[in-house]
Amino acid sequence: MLGFLKHPVVVTANINLNVVALTAVGLLSRLWQLSYPGAVVFDEVYYGQYISFYMKRIFFLDGSGPPFGHMLLALGGYLGGFDGNFLWNRIGAENALITQSRLMLLESVLIFFNLLAVLSYLKFSNSQKQRPFSPSWWFWLMLTGVACSCAVGVKYVGVFTYLLVLAVAGVHAWHLIGDRTLSNVCVLGHLLARAAALLVTPAATYVLFFYVHLSLAYRSGPHDQIMSSAFQASLEGGLARITQGQPLEVAYGSQVTLKNVFGKPVPCWLHSHQSTYPVVYESGRGSSHQQQVTCYPFKDVNNWWIVKDPGRHQLVVNNPPKPVRHGDVVQLVHGMTTRFLNTHDVAAPLSPHSQEVSCYVDYNISMPAQNLWRLEIVNRDSDTEVWKTILSEVRLVHVNTSTVLKLSGAHLPDWGFRQLEVVGEKMARAYHESTVWNVEEHRYGKSQEQKEREVELHSPAQMDVSRNLSFVARFLELQWRMLTAKSDGSEHKYSSSPLDWVTLDTSIAYWLHPRTSAQIHLLGNVVIWASAGLATVLYVLLFVWYLLRRRRKICDLPEDSWLRWVLAGALCAGGWAVNYLPFFLMEKTLFLYHYLPALAFQILLLPVVLEHISDHLCRTQLLRSLFSALLVAWYSCACHVFNALRPLTYGDRSLSPSELKALRWKDSWDILIRKQ
Amino acid sequence: MPPVVGGGLAGSELRSRRCGPQTATVVGPDKTADPAARSLKRPAWGSRHFEAAGRWALLALVTLLSFATRFHRLDQPPHVCWDETHFGKMGSYYINRTFFFDVHPPLGKMLIGLAGYLSGYDGTFLFQKPGDKYEHHNYMGMRGFCAFLGSLLVPFAYLTVWELSKSLPAALLTAALLTFDTGCLTLSQYILLDPILMFFIMAAMLSTVKYNSCANRPFSAPWWFWLSLTGINLAGALGVKFVGLFIILQVGWNTISDLWHLFGDLSLSMVTVGKHLAARVLCLIVLPLTLYTATYAVHFTVLNKSGPGDGFFSSAFQSRLSGNNLHNASIPEHLAYGSVITVKNLRMAIGYLHSHRHLYPEGIGARQQQVTTYLHKDYNNLWIIKKHNTNADPLDPSFPVEFVRHGDIIRLEHKETSRNLHSHYHEAPLTRKHYQVTGYGINGTGDSNDFWRIEVVNRKFGNRIKVLRSRIRLIHLVTGCVLGSSGKVLPKWGWEQLEVTCTPYLKETLNSIWNVEDHINPKLPNISLEVLQPSFPEVLLESHMVMIRGNSGLKPKDNEFTSKPWHWPINYQGLRFSGINDTDFRVYLLGNPVVWWLNLLSIALYLLLGSAIAIAVQRGARLPAEVEGLSQVLLRGGGQLLLGWALHYFPFFLMGRILYFHHYFPAMLFSSMLTGILWDTLLRLWAWSLASSSLARGLYVVGNLGLLLGTAYSFYLFHPLAYGMVGPLAQDPQSPMAGLRWLESWDF
Repeated sequence: MLGFLKHPVVVTANINLNVVALTAVGLLSRLWQLSYPGAVVFDEVYYGQYISFYMKRIFFLDGSGPPFGHMLLALGGYLGGFDGNFLWNRIGAENALITQSRLMLLESVLIFFNLLAVLSYLKFSNSQKQRPFSPSWWFWLMLTGVACSCAVGVKYVGVFTYLLVLAVAGVHAWHLIGDRTLSNVCVLGHLLARAAALLVTPAATYVLFFYVHLSLAYRSGPHDQIMSSAFQASLEGGLARITQGQPLEVAYGSQVTLKNVFGKPVPCWLHSHQSTYPVVYESGRGSSHQQQVTCYPFKDVNNWWIVKDPGRHQLVVNNPPKPVRHGDVVQLVHGMTTRFLNTHDVAAPLSPHSQEVSCYVDYNISMPAQNLWRLEIVNRDSDTEVWKTILSEVRLVHVNTSTVLKLSGAHLPDWGFRQLEVVGEKMARAYHESTVWNVEEHRYGKSQEQKEREVELHSPAQMDVSRNLSFVARFLELQWRMLTAKSDGSEHKYSSSPLDWVTLDTSIAYWLHPRTSAQIHLLGNVVIWASAGLATVLYVLLFVWYLLRRRRKICDLPEDSWLRWVLAGALCAGGWAVNYLPFFLMEKTLFLYHYLPALAFQILLLPVVLEHISDHLCRTQLLRSLFSALLVAWYSCACHVFNALRPLTYGDRSLSPSELKALRWKDSWDILIRKQ
Repeated sequence: MPPVVGGGLAGSELRSRRCGPQTATVVGPDKTADPAARSLKRPAWGSRHFEAAGRWALLALVTLLSFATRFHRLDQPPHVCWDETHFGKMGSYYINRTFFFDVHPPLGKMLIGLAGYLSGYDGTFLFQKPGDKYEHHNYMGMRGFCAFLGSLLVPFAYLTVWELSKSLPAALLTAALLTFDTGCLTLSQYILLDPILMFFIMAAMLSTVKYNSCANRPFSAPWWFWLSLTGINLAGALGVKFVGLFIILQVGWNTISDLWHLFGDLSLSMVTVGKHLAARVLCLIVLPLTLYTATYAVHFTVLNKSGPGDGFFSSAFQSRLSGNNLHNASIPEHLAYGSVITVKNLRMAIGYLHSHRHLYPEGIGARQQQVTTYLHKDYNNLWIIKKHNTNADPLDPSFPVEFVRHGDIIRLEHKETSRNLHSHYHEAPLTRKHYQVTGYGINGTGDSNDFWRIEVVNRKFGNRIKVLRSRIRLIHLVTGCVLGSSGKVLPKWGWEQLEVTCTPYLKETLNSIWNVEDHINPKLPNISLEVLQPSFPEVLLESHMVMIRGNSGLKPKDNEFTSKPWHWPINYQGLRFSGINDTDFRVYLLGNPVVWWLNLLSIALYLLLGSAIAIAVQRGARLPAEVEGLSQVLLRGGGQLLLGWALHYFPFFLMGRILYFHHYFPAMLFSSMLTGILWDTLLRLWAWSLASSSLARGLYVVGNLGLLLGTAYSFYLFHPLAYGMVGPLAQDPQSPMAGLRWLESWDF
């Protein structure tokens, strides 16, 4: 706690012996009994798992942020001799910053880079005054950029700190432009240097993280399903094992499985089976009673379709194969039932505004087959492009009704075996990924007879080309999937709202000893927490007061201390605001630890305000000594609270129920008390 | 009609003229001359007098043209188009005084209703779905009202731009862009909230600009007039739709920077500054808030009959509506043991705690009687409140009346089936980690899992439990969980009623808070519910909560095509107002692509030019006087418009609710005004850089004429989109519109 506390003083006063002492205290308080407890604590379950994946080179995806943080942890584990074979699936089941930074979670890494970015920017702006373009100037400038990208790389919320630094740098650059003592070339040089360090470097570093991530995790893993077929095929094992050696070009007579590109709510393949639509739905509407067509989230022999030339009867590939191109009209024959994919002007079971899609059964009533589909390759380079396995994203537009084959996302009731509904969408013009499909498994069909064909369909597809996706394509896809991955807004026992954070109305129980009542909680030091909040309010009030008075040309502060006051506030109060306020707009499940980056900035503001009060507001010696006395009292109070909460931070001592009850200062703290 | 309107406008223009000539000092404080007059050599315009007359003539022309385009074929098509089905219906509700619920504030619909009422519409048309024929019903009054407000947008934009730039060609170009935009035209021709919203937004913008131009004569009559008019229009904008908030932000920003300048002016005493501040607080905060509240007062006074909106509101609220069964009812005030009650969930559209003689199916928790919530009033919603430890009939006359108090342990017995409300450690049917709630026991005898502790959340009424007003929680004694409804629909076995669970998470959410609605207890005296009716501030607060929740409940589905904000400025896709097939009368809301793409280009050019000038100024470059004047107009006037565009556009990126193309139109108004100023400045700069003055004038005139005529021609091409077309669809090469389908995604 102390390490953070005195940072700005260190920054402005440069080197003093305190730094060493404070760092030592900081390290000590955090490394104290670090190996304890020897069990998995809270989210360590997840992050630990991810690290194991790195060790085993398995591809994974985490919606909460880019991979840099995970890689750092993995590196730590690697250096420490961790071999990735430990299974992270059991939870052994100021204080907050210590708790958080002692455990293997990402917040402490994020805070570190946030503060590093701000610190190096301050260093940089100091050396700007003295010696621009000197090595140390370059060093701090580049370090700012790198720290920013590391912060973003650890968790996406790091982007707020990055924006803050950019904004401050922008304002400084604007002043620089207005500085008429500098030549145009010099200003241009300054601007270019900043652009290179604060825009280009972070972007490059960020891409680099993904490069390392993708080259480390090249094996298929549990999150493959979220990615596109092409991405999966580029990983070792998994889908690649199946698709390797498939023919590239889809030809008439090809046997294919069609995967929906959108893949929400679950990734699935176009499917049909013997069952028909019920004659009358529960709602009383009627159906065509033809064979169901659905989307099925599992590999199945019923996912195979044969691409047929409407002008030909055979279901085999000619020699040489005749490839299917963009704009061609095809029929799709369901492999196991030899029925044709069909749609007609009948309302779909769950989406009555769209058409029902079926496999046509001729009941000899006046309902003719409408089974011609025009192939549109969405990502084509030319209008004569050939339909390619995995790579081509295609839409199937119905020739008679101009509807387009679409995954509606609704689950069919029991009669449809809870599979997903497939419909003919009438708004065919509008592009949506749920209307786009790609071939995943593919082989050239050889069997003339239905019996032989069924045997062929049951046998695995094996044949000879390997395809690798470029890094850029993989990077962009992974990036897109990460940003659009929706976390389910499920409630959690320890979830809280941003308003609870400021008042510390919430806590998180991280770990409870299996037998005794020793436990680890994420809990703030109430005194520090309250005084940091108070300091923020005080800062804002003072700032507004000074600003208004300056506007009326009454300067309470000398110019340079005013500028320092503004800069410190912009970075610390601003850092708090940008790391805190956006959470009000977020709809995901939030926890107390999300507040810690903001808190770190808020605590930085505390000494700034204290120093300001003692230097500028305490006019007389008496007041000043009074203030110092108060400070000492406050400080010992903070120490006392730290000491009182220590058992909950370190979890090293088992407390009796009455002691625990005494520690439960707020009703909303979930301190676990064992029943006797 | 148009001449009358022109006269009305002229009147307002007259009033503004008194502080007109001084405007230049605001646009550029260190300048004395009119920048337009200074910056271009244009001797042809002659004297000021002549110029003013020309301005009047142009304004009249612009207004006339705007009205002509908006009122042309206004009666077509004579059937309900697109959202007319909602807003027309709501207008009818006002005429019929039936209570309804909508996610938007009431002013817009009230005005529509008023227009209908005044024009002789009797409120009997049902507005059931788009495409319904109006037949003999008088719909032209409502359409005419919307078109009237929609037509005024053009002169408003014209005057705003003129006030900001003092350049007629800029104002004229803006007016042309808006007049000839098929999108604005279409949106103005139907019974929708958008023309009303845009009217108030533009009126607020215009009065802000006008009032800014009076800044050198503070506290004069026109100053007060425009300032209070701004406040009135802000109230109007917010009263129509919540997006009116954006124009409030813009005016707020403008006011703050204005005050900041006054505050920094040391020649003004603090008292004067205080007076300025007070005037703004009065006109821009107090006045709009009063008016906004007044619209709600009217709304609730007019709508006094029970209608389709009742269920969205709390029990206490419903007692205000005649026709509702809570209206004029009299029931006992405080809950006592033996009372028969219905329990309603506090969250909107969850309903009453309900049970019925059906069991949970095999495999879903314990096979006991289902407990659900149900939105309709029904005998199965009735529960008897009993003491947990005795089964004696509390209604027996020998027992004294005992009130239920906060913290009591109670048992709720279902009246029809005599089973107790029960919970246990079985998982709820739909929500994971929640416990199942069932009906258990025979004739009121069950086990300790039937015991609940009743807690009052808002204890300002004391420890007793008051019908309608007390918010209660039921906490299961054994497991410690809280009774709530997840709001999820049960499958067929549960009759598609909503799931009731017992949640172990003790967080206070509305899902787990209930209130007592019906209350029958013969031993207690009845009181009239009027006593419990909420006060106006409570009603106001509640209706806002319901509206906000309704708005955030409008979530798009994953697999649906939805309009994305980035589609809008590029005019990616329109909206079908009427008709689908080639035999239908089709109206398609789509911006005139020439106008929209010009706007898009202008924003990019503006950013480039603006930052170039700003950097030059910051570097201390000496600009020639002409360029200086132009850059002032560009940075200040254009800056305000750019801010308006950004404020009306970018917040949509953060909105989780479902979005539509027409949400962009307020931003489009600002963007068009920016285009007017930008091109005028560009042409002037270009003309200025030329050596020969005749060449410069020629260029300037040709450039302006080119822009105007180009816009007009594009309107000629695209007008069928707005005025309606019949015949083959545009993807058919036979169609006359086939050549105009410039983007694949256009669907007309």
